[in-house]
Amino acid sequence: MSVETGREYYGVSQVPPEIIGPGQTFETVTDRISQVVLTRETPKGWFIGLGIALMLLMVFIMSVSMLLAYGTGIWGLNIPVGWAFDIVNFVWWVGIAHAGTLISAILLLLRQKWRTSINRFAEAMTLFAVSCAGLYPLMHLGRPWLAYWLLPYPNTMGMWPNFRSPLLFDVFAVSTYASVSFLFWFTGLIPDLATLRDRSQNFFGRTIYGILALGWRGSARHWERYETAYLLLAGLSTPLVVSVHTIVSFDFAVSVIPGWHATIFPPYFVAGAIFSGFAMVVTLSIPIRKYYDLEDFITLKHLDNMARVMLATGLIVAYGYMMEAFMGWYSGNTYERYMVYARIFGHFAPAYWALILCNIIIPQMLWFKKVRANLAALWVISLVVNVGMWLERYVIVVTSLSRDFLPSSWFRFVPTFWDWSTFIGTMGLFLTLLFLFIRVLPMISIFEMRTLVPGAELKEELHEAPEASR
Amino acid sequence: MQVFHRSTNVLSRFTIFGGLFVVAGLVYGLYLVNSSPYVTQQGVAKEQPIQFSHKHHAGELGIDCRYCHTTVEKLAYAGMPATKTCMNCHSQIWTNSEFLEPVRRSWRTDESIEWTKVYDLPQYVYFNHSIHVNKGVGCETCHGRVDLMNVLWQKPTMQMQWCLDCHRQPEKYLRPRQFIFSMDYQPPSDQLDLGRKLKEEYDVHTRVTCSACHR
Repeated sequence: MSVETGREYYGVSQVPPEIIGPGQTFETVTDRISQVVLTRETPKGWFIGLGIALMLLMVFIMSVSMLLAYGTGIWGLNIPVGWAFDIVNFVWWVGIAHAGTLISAILLLLRQKWRTSINRFAEAMTLFAVSCAGLYPLMHLGRPWLAYWLLPYPNTMGMWPNFRSPLLFDVFAVSTYASVSFLFWFTGLIPDLATLRDRSQNFFGRTIYGILALGWRGSARHWERYETAYLLLAGLSTPLVVSVHTIVSFDFAVSVIPGWHATIFPPYFVAGAIFSGFAMVVTLSIPIRKYYDLEDFITLKHLDNMARVMLATGLIVAYGYMMEAFMGWYSGNTYERYMVYARIFGHFAPAYWALILCNIIIPQMLWFKKVRANLAALWVISLVVNVGMWLERYVIVVTSLSRDFLPSSWFRFVPTFWDWSTFIGTMGLFLTLLFLFIRVLPMISIFEMRTLVPGAELKEELHEAPEASR
Repeated sequence: MQVFHRSTNVLSRFTIFGGLFVVAGLVYGLYLVNSSPYVTQQGVAKEQPIQFSHKHHAGELGIDCRYCHTTVEKLAYAGMPATKTCMNCHSQIWTNSEFLEPVRRSWRTDESIEWTKVYDLPQYVYFNHSIHVNKGVGCETCHGRVDLMNVLWQKPTMQMQWCLDCHRQPEKYLRPRQFIFSMDYQPPSDQLDLGRKLKEEYDVHTRVTCSACHR
């Protein structure tokens, strides 16, 4: 979309929806982004933010210590509700992670240039969210020190893990996802790490960034290899966007629990993951761009695009809810029908209706371009979607288990203090990692942003004549 | 100004590839340590409160296993002999032997002799001697040539893969019931055929579900 059509779309009075602000040059891009790490004084807000994050991290450490000392009995779950907050939070965090990979891999392959300024921290967000997610199944094990039993390794028990179980697929899906995401993120960082190495003012910085830059000199050969590697990794990550949450949904769909045993689950989970992931990117990028004066790099155009993705995936999720209810009725199965009834009218009804409000009704406001351009409204909606997606997982996991086939074993799950503290604690872990990342690494890809500078565009147009009209 | 010379690139390349081998090597090293007698106690002779020789009693004198381990055919526990069992003979022979003083003390004071367990199975494993003995598993299959050991030591590793080796394919080790207690039984060259026949005859099943042993 050119500047002109963008202006027409938004009306002249509003900020032109470009993907880079006017007047930026190669110099200014590099300075603006690298100064956050190297020269600019660390803002007070960062210390306050990190302080809060660290306090929440302490809550997490305390909760995990309690768990290790006393076992899973400190949580509110009990048979038949064997999965509760631990699995809800796992799915929620894995879902959030998905936006990063979608932005970095799929949008790269689709040549969506607007991804450039948000991909770095979306990828970082992916990594940190996966780290939080990965901890939950380990805690859920009850004996986390035996977690290596999940891996097929040469052992003295003469046993392999059960390769037919989706829970094992999950181990591979999430660990592959984490490692490929890390490689992708790190590969993309290498040229920027070299920039930081070269611009760093002190020996310490030059050494650390020097090690991490892996001897990058920016030669033509380096760039050629870099481009190949980055594209290959993008190709590798692309199926992961779909596969990881598909396999997470198998954890439920392959079982025979009413409300879980549905073929709609994989696509509906993937859409939900992207929905919540983009919501989280919006939640984080609105304050960050403001505090670090990055409005020229993360523009209204970006936020608008992300809001549209949220709207689209939100509608897919809404379709999923409809089909879930319809299939429950259409199956003619007593248990399935009862599950639909229990969710909509049972004692979990408040959670169900809250999720409908958060995930379906409120996001409909994104149809209006005024709402999409209003940062405060967009930010609030993104928070609402985060809450809604958490509620969705809560309703799926807990209602189905607490109302299983035998009414005599029905169980009302009530979360305990430690359920909540563990959940809030992982937010501390996530935020701590995020604050540290913003401080020590360039949160926007410097060299990719430079390709968006008008000067760089011109050269590309000369080389690729057919694309000049775009 | 650069901290690192270009030559350090070789080092980083070496580190990346070397790291993989180091990790693989560490995993394999741990496996080796875990299977070593240091961890499993396989083949480690255990000192006992009395210098009792199985070689002398079971081998040279030919006393049946069941003379002392009385419950092996009926109970989970094979049974350790009471001091009375020892005194059946030793009230008549070697009555002044210094080696037997602990037995006589036990007899006088009515306090049990505290033997050191050689085959120490973890508490989370259910094991029953009687079912094994009655379905064609010989003593010697697990305990080795006790008739040749002066001091007893553990023959197998006692690790789960050792249990599963037989539980997955019992025909490899089954023997006819009349040879259960013989120490010098040699399996025939067509052991698998015989094993399959005995499996049929004794109604032996592969038992590999978790709850077969971890109840």
